[in-house]
Amino acid sequence: MRTLLAALLAALLAAFFAATPARGAEPPVVAAASDLRFAVEEVAAGFERERGSRVRVTLGSSGNFRHQIAAGAPFEIFMSADEEYVAALHKEGRTLDGGVLYAIGRIVLFAPHGSAVTPDADMASLAAAVREGRVDRIAIANPEHAPYGRAAREALQRRGLWEALKGRLVLGENVSQAAQFASSGGAQAGLFAYSLALSPAVAQRGRYVLLPDTLHAPLRQRMALLAGAGPIAREFYAYLQQPAARAIFRRHGFALPGE
Amino acid sequence: MDGPALLLSLRLAAWTLVVLLPLAIVVSRWLAWSRFRGKAWVEGALALPLVLPPTVLGYYLLVSFGAGSPLGDGYRALTGHPLAFSFEGLVLASVIFNIPFAVQPAQRAFESIPADVRHAAACCGLGRLETFVRIELPLAWPGIVSAIVLTFAHTLGEFGVVLMVGGSIPGETRTVAISIYDRVQAMDSAGAGMMSLVLLVITLAAMGVVHATARKPHV
Repeated sequence: MRTLLAALLAALLAAFFAATPARGAEPPVVAAASDLRFAVEEVAAGFERERGSRVRVTLGSSGNFRHQIAAGAPFEIFMSADEEYVAALHKEGRTLDGGVLYAIGRIVLFAPHGSAVTPDADMASLAAAVREGRVDRIAIANPEHAPYGRAAREALQRRGLWEALKGRLVLGENVSQAAQFASSGGAQAGLFAYSLALSPAVAQRGRYVLLPDTLHAPLRQRMALLAGAGPIAREFYAYLQQPAARAIFRRHGFALPGE
Repeated sequence: MDGPALLLSLRLAAWTLVVLLPLAIVVSRWLAWSRFRGKAWVEGALALPLVLPPTVLGYYLLVSFGAGSPLGDGYRALTGHPLAFSFEGLVLASVIFNIPFAVQPAQRAFESIPADVRHAAACCGLGRLETFVRIELPLAWPGIVSAIVLTFAHTLGEFGVVLMVGGSIPGETRTVAISIYDRVQAMDSAGAGMMSLVLLVITLAAMGVVHATARKPHV
């Protein structure tokens, strides 16, 4: 027992003395909306390959990031799924400027294999399945703080399904959790970002249809450099607006501003 | 498998122990042998993190660490870095949510040392420090081991508080528990499964150590 303990303590001490990297030497942190999960990782990989610098990406709901940044989170770039959050932070002096519109998002209706719902742009099959009680759970992101959750709610309201569905919603903490709920088969359908539906991990688990963008207010995604952003963050911010990065966003299902 | 996250969790656990263990030994020894009015309330307050929802603890910590709070602003003025969403903030949060895991086993161990033994040590001419090092610590050792192992394992596993005050920054606040959550959302079941298995094995080993030491107290 004593040797085991000594080994445990030695391991502890090793971890304890494991070099804590000096601050400032660490790559800057980019807080990105969850719908960017696959796109931004690809852009970051390209950035590292071409420029030799790294950024760290943390993903979450834009509304949560907005509050974390106001509370002093040490992020250097905020890529929001909703431009209102960037505007609010700009007003509070947390961003360097008003930021840049970098993408316009779309939502899909997704149904996992074996679901009673067949995805169609009118959501007619969803409406019928709800009426006949063949759907217990529908996944969307939490509309309180996730822009894609708000878009999903609007689309359901426009189609007159919101009231009937309200008691059957499962709310993801962010849009990628909503996608995970639906694609794992835990929910019979889900409304979430097109960019996530296009990823192989989701696409292979069900069928989806792109919903008309007239069903919800446009998801105007804006990003901004945050107060205290360093040179690498600034370089990445510029890189995000280059043709290579724009092509990646386009491939992940985003419409681009000015196109 | 997110290696940096596992390393970060180990580092967090180590720092938590370095800060918490001395405090816990002092506090638990004092609680074990003293009687005073309101002792039950002190013990109850120290046990709170066991039963309080992590979100409640996380909320209070976030409020007290954040910009605009005396602690958050003071820390920033001193170091130039925010306390919330930093490794240091995580260590402080971890020390707080681990208090009962460190204090309770140590306190039980100190309580089990008969007063006669301590009196005998004093009669033999041992000073207070010597009594502590040569008599009390060896007798309380199984409890202290439990405290170390439980704190260590609990730090690796804590999720809610870390998510709320940490912000999931790779290499800084994305611990292995947060990374598992992230991998599930990325629909990377291989990664999530691998890391869950690692945590399961480590935690099982930790509980094994706790039970093994509890069974044969060595004097």
